[in-house]
Amino acid sequence: MTEPLLSIRDLYLEGASDGVWTPIIKGVSLDLQRGEVLGLIGESGAGKSTLGLAAMGYVRGGCRITGGTITFDGEDLTKASEATRRALRGRRIAYVAQSAAASFNPAHKLIEQYAEVPADLMGRPRAEVEADAKTLYDRMRLPDPENIGFRYPHQVSGGQLQRAMTAMAMAARPDLIIFDEPTTALDVTTQIEVLAAIRDIVEQFGTAAIYITHDLAVVAQMADRIKVLLRGDEVEEADTRTMLATPQEDYTKSLWAVRSHARPAQPAPPDGATPVLAMENVTAAYGRAVVLHDVTIRLHAGRTVAVVGESGSGKSTAARVLTGLLPPSQGEVLFRGQALPPSYKSRSKDQLRQVQMIYQSADTALNPKSRIREIVGRPAQFYGDLRGEALTQRIRALMEMIELDPDQYLDRLPGELSGGQKQRIGIARALAAEPTVIICDEVTSALDQLVAEEILKLLDRLQAELGLAYFFITHDLATVRAVADEVVVMQQGRVVEAGEKAAMFQPPHHPYTELLLSSVPEMDPDWLSSLLAARAAEAG
Amino acid sequence: MSAVWDAYAAAQGAITGLGLADWILPTLLVLLAAAAISWVFRALVIAIAGATWRPMLKSMPLTASFGLLVVLLYAIVAIFAPLIAPFGEREIVGGEYLPWDSTHLLGTDNLGRDMLSRLIYGAQNTVGIAFATTFLGFVIGAVPGLIAATLGGWVDQGLSRLVDILMAIPPLIFALLLLTIFGTSILNMVLVIALIEATRVYRLARAVAGGIVVMDYIEAARLRGEGLWRLIAVEILPNTAAPLVAEFGLRFCFTILLISALSFLGLGIQPPTADWGSMVRDNATLITFGDVTPLLPAAAVALLTVSVNFIVDWMLHRASGLKE
Repeated sequence: MTEPLLSIRDLYLEGASDGVWTPIIKGVSLDLQRGEVLGLIGESGAGKSTLGLAAMGYVRGGCRITGGTITFDGEDLTKASEATRRALRGRRIAYVAQSAAASFNPAHKLIEQYAEVPADLMGRPRAEVEADAKTLYDRMRLPDPENIGFRYPHQVSGGQLQRAMTAMAMAARPDLIIFDEPTTALDVTTQIEVLAAIRDIVEQFGTAAIYITHDLAVVAQMADRIKVLLRGDEVEEADTRTMLATPQEDYTKSLWAVRSHARPAQPAPPDGATPVLAMENVTAAYGRAVVLHDVTIRLHAGRTVAVVGESGSGKSTAARVLTGLLPPSQGEVLFRGQALPPSYKSRSKDQLRQVQMIYQSADTALNPKSRIREIVGRPAQFYGDLRGEALTQRIRALMEMIELDPDQYLDRLPGELSGGQKQRIGIARALAAEPTVIICDEVTSALDQLVAEEILKLLDRLQAELGLAYFFITHDLATVRAVADEVVVMQQGRVVEAGEKAAMFQPPHHPYTELLLSSVPEMDPDWLSSLLAARAAEAG
Repeated sequence: MSAVWDAYAAAQGAITGLGLADWILPTLLVLLAAAAISWVFRALVIAIAGATWRPMLKSMPLTASFGLLVVLLYAIVAIFAPLIAPFGEREIVGGEYLPWDSTHLLGTDNLGRDMLSRLIYGAQNTVGIAFATTFLGFVIGAVPGLIAATLGGWVDQGLSRLVDILMAIPPLIFALLLLTIFGTSILNMVLVIALIEATRVYRLARAVAGGIVVMDYIEAARLRGEGLWRLIAVEILPNTAAPLVAEFGLRFCFTILLISALSFLGLGIQPPTADWGSMVRDNATLITFGDVTPLLPAAAVALLTVSVNFIVDWMLHRASGLKE
């Protein structure tokens, strides 16, 4: 076996919080051969990004390496001078960050930023570098590769920007590229294009890569080998196919199992039943930009309608119309057949109480300066007029419902809870109003898979116990499969297809639904290749 | 005139560069002593503080501890001025411009009043009035600022343009103009300076709250049907408190300087009330003779300003959540 390109041995890394050093990486080793792609997978806090950066000899501020070696092409980066390490970065090791939009400098054109390493630092002639950039843009299948480099970052889409960033990483033809969740922020249909482009270019140039992600299906397409991390420790490492077929450790098996969660759909409501909440022929606009065109969505008591679509499809706007935050320009919102006032300001306290909302990001949904007791108790106090002992009892009952120990959590601030716990508090706040309908806006997309599944199970249980109706907004079809009774597919502010879940997952589909369904990555490592082949055959 | 002579000689020594032992060593000693006192003060505060405050105080840097100590001392001096001051505020106790001696520790001023006593009463007047003015400025600035950010639309436009107009006039000239129109009294001065400060506070409160009102928890509270008052008091104000408190410290310093400037110009606190700003003006003649006495009130303002800013820096640091 040849000398590995990158070899990390027993790496220990610590981070400081409030002056106390806590271990982030606890003795992880890895080897990477030239031209090989290693997938790093784990939940948030597993240390995968920190490990990826350490492979470049880079340690974030407030962190330090306390043991082990990082050998890149024969040189130990932990002992090398900062100048040596800087000379490697960008030239021999490149990095592709999760958010290309936040990583590009908005004040410079794409090609200017592309040329920084090859032209400004390595001194290659500018014309040659620009020609090379165009070739790479073409290889990354960017539209109009001749001219796209002369646009500013805000003038291209998120998926294109991510590909431009990969092209930029390739500029110096590095030996190693670190991809840190490059497609996590993208829609499924865009994700496919980026994945395919990244895979092609890595293969063409024989570049070694570390691919960091929390999405198993994605890593299955990209990596030759997979390493699973949990809280800074290695769980197991194996060849991709072996890992997918026969995971050894319990933790890995539990990760693999998450995607199988699904609840049986409830029977369709009888014809002519009055929906509990409905938007009828709604057209809505922000200023002059019309974002909803003649949308009708009906939600029946005790059922879940999943509204699916990519960013910009208008699904969140639909929620804003329902809650009254955005009064529609045409059409109306009905509650049990009665029209609701278009703006929340003119709705009565009881009308407001009936429709509650759970938000995507629990970090911004809970007042960071309010205690949990206050957050959960306020709706009960406000709508139910509960005081003193009755209020305390109600708060405790709500905490029991969301499976958090009242004695332990009531006097905490949101900042002292984990992401999953915060989302549970968001649910408790909605329940405290005793609503009929809860609007769930991407409630699981900011959470790790295992935590997300717990939240979905909790929502299922509460629906069964309390007879709630959910208006469930998501871009994730696996979540739809898990929770929905009825599915509404939206594209560019229009409903393109709607129906019972069973029917929606059976062909024939509307072409857009078909595109969405086929774009969801599957665990099969050959999925991407066969999908691309099938699409090419169709197009050809 | 020995004190004057000493100071004169020392100044000359420093200028000719021979004053290493005279200036640099004492300065270092003073700084060391300040650090030591701050350290002891912090240990003392931690010892007497309750369990809720202790972790916060333990993270307090020495500079903030020094600032707290100085502010505390000023407060004590201001509150107990009649007990501490050896002579009365307006009492003429001797000749004009007497030098420092054992009866008049800091000499006497241009009318023969005891300098130390007037400095102590000055703390009461200058600091007390500045505090009241800043507080008033915050109330009439922050409340409309928060309301404008929460309601938006025409309310925001109306209030903001009004503030823009007020801010377009240079503050000192605006103050002089208003005081000339309404007459010079302490009440008028407090109101005028509070109004000027309020425009700055309004802008800050509105900007900070503008970042808060777009949060999902504000949307949740609006959708719950909460009223304007509850939105501001419970949901918005606690989240804007840190920058506002920090701004309070800075505004407090600016107010002292503005009051001192107005007093120096003769439109501020009127004689014979002791005020640090007018004390500098009254005794300015002495500066020509190399006497540091007239600069002592200025030094009192400077020390307070630096101390308040030490505390403010610490609060900003805490509010921004920065880690070392």
